[in-house]
Amino acid sequence: MVFAVIAVRAADLLAAVFVLGAYSFTMSLVWAGIGAVDVAFTEVVVGAGASTVLFLAALLRTSRRRSAPPSGLRWVALGVVVAVGVALVAVTRPIAPWGDPGSPPSRHVSPRYITQTVAETATPNAVTSVLADYRGYDTLIETVVIFSSGVGGWLLLRRRQP
Amino acid sequence: MIERHDSLIVVTFVRVLVPLVQLFALYVLAYGHYGPGGGFQAGVLLAATYILTALALGREAFQRRVNERICMALASGGVLLYLATGLAGMLGASTFLDYSALPLPVSPVKARYFGILFIEIGVAIGVAATLVLLFARLADTEHPR
Repeated sequence: MVFAVIAVRAADLLAAVFVLGAYSFTMSLVWAGIGAVDVAFTEVVVGAGASTVLFLAALLRTSRRRSAPPSGLRWVALGVVVAVGVALVAVTRPIAPWGDPGSPPSRHVSPRYITQTVAETATPNAVTSVLADYRGYDTLIETVVIFSSGVGGWLLLRRRQP
Repeated sequence: MIERHDSLIVVTFVRVLVPLVQLFALYVLAYGHYGPGGGFQAGVLLAATYILTALALGREAFQRRVNERICMALASGGVLLYLATGLAGMLGASTFLDYSALPLPVSPVKARYFGILFIEIGVAIGVAATLVLLFARLADTEHPR
């Protein structure tokens, strides 16, 4: 939260990029704290590492200073942000408490994944077997999304033929 | 444009660090079945070594090591490897992405183990090549759009 405010307020975009990296790293500590080590690992390498560098590379091409936003839009933006924030907090109420073994997500397919992953896929890390095998379609489409975003960025930034 | 870094310490450190990180990336890829990690993290780590090379050793060193055409081919190849693994399951008279039907000389359970490994390798190659490609285009300020 503190990092987010600093990142938005910073006039120097370079500082904002680094604050975002620090934010990502803090989030990874949160993930590690609640036991989601795979997510923490991804957050460190992608959030704190790769995306920071990509932002820096983007700054190379643009200006380090930001221009002031048009004043009329600021109140509209504030209203949209507050509305979305209130809506997000409101929908967290029906979500089951974290780590509750009796909640519907924990009773549906999770027990099978956790108890059968070694017997069915010979893979002790259930995160990997769920990601790559039980939920293979999701990961396939994620990979396609990354690939197509890469192709899109490459096409936009490619060298113009003389 | 990114110049070679002035400091000898930085350049030497990166030269030592890059192979170690690449080795670690392979470990993360191979060990994803047993511990945290997998293709995605390994791919990002691999890409990070090339980005580190560019930042410390300069643009020329980066461009000597990275060919954008090959990168694009690898990015597509990674996704295609994933798709091919899924389709190979269909060859074994099963459904798409059912690795237990892969035509491998092992038990169906082990076949799923290897199927996961194949798609993780595909993801790693695809993610690494995509990130390197994006960085190469973004950092190439010699040739602005």
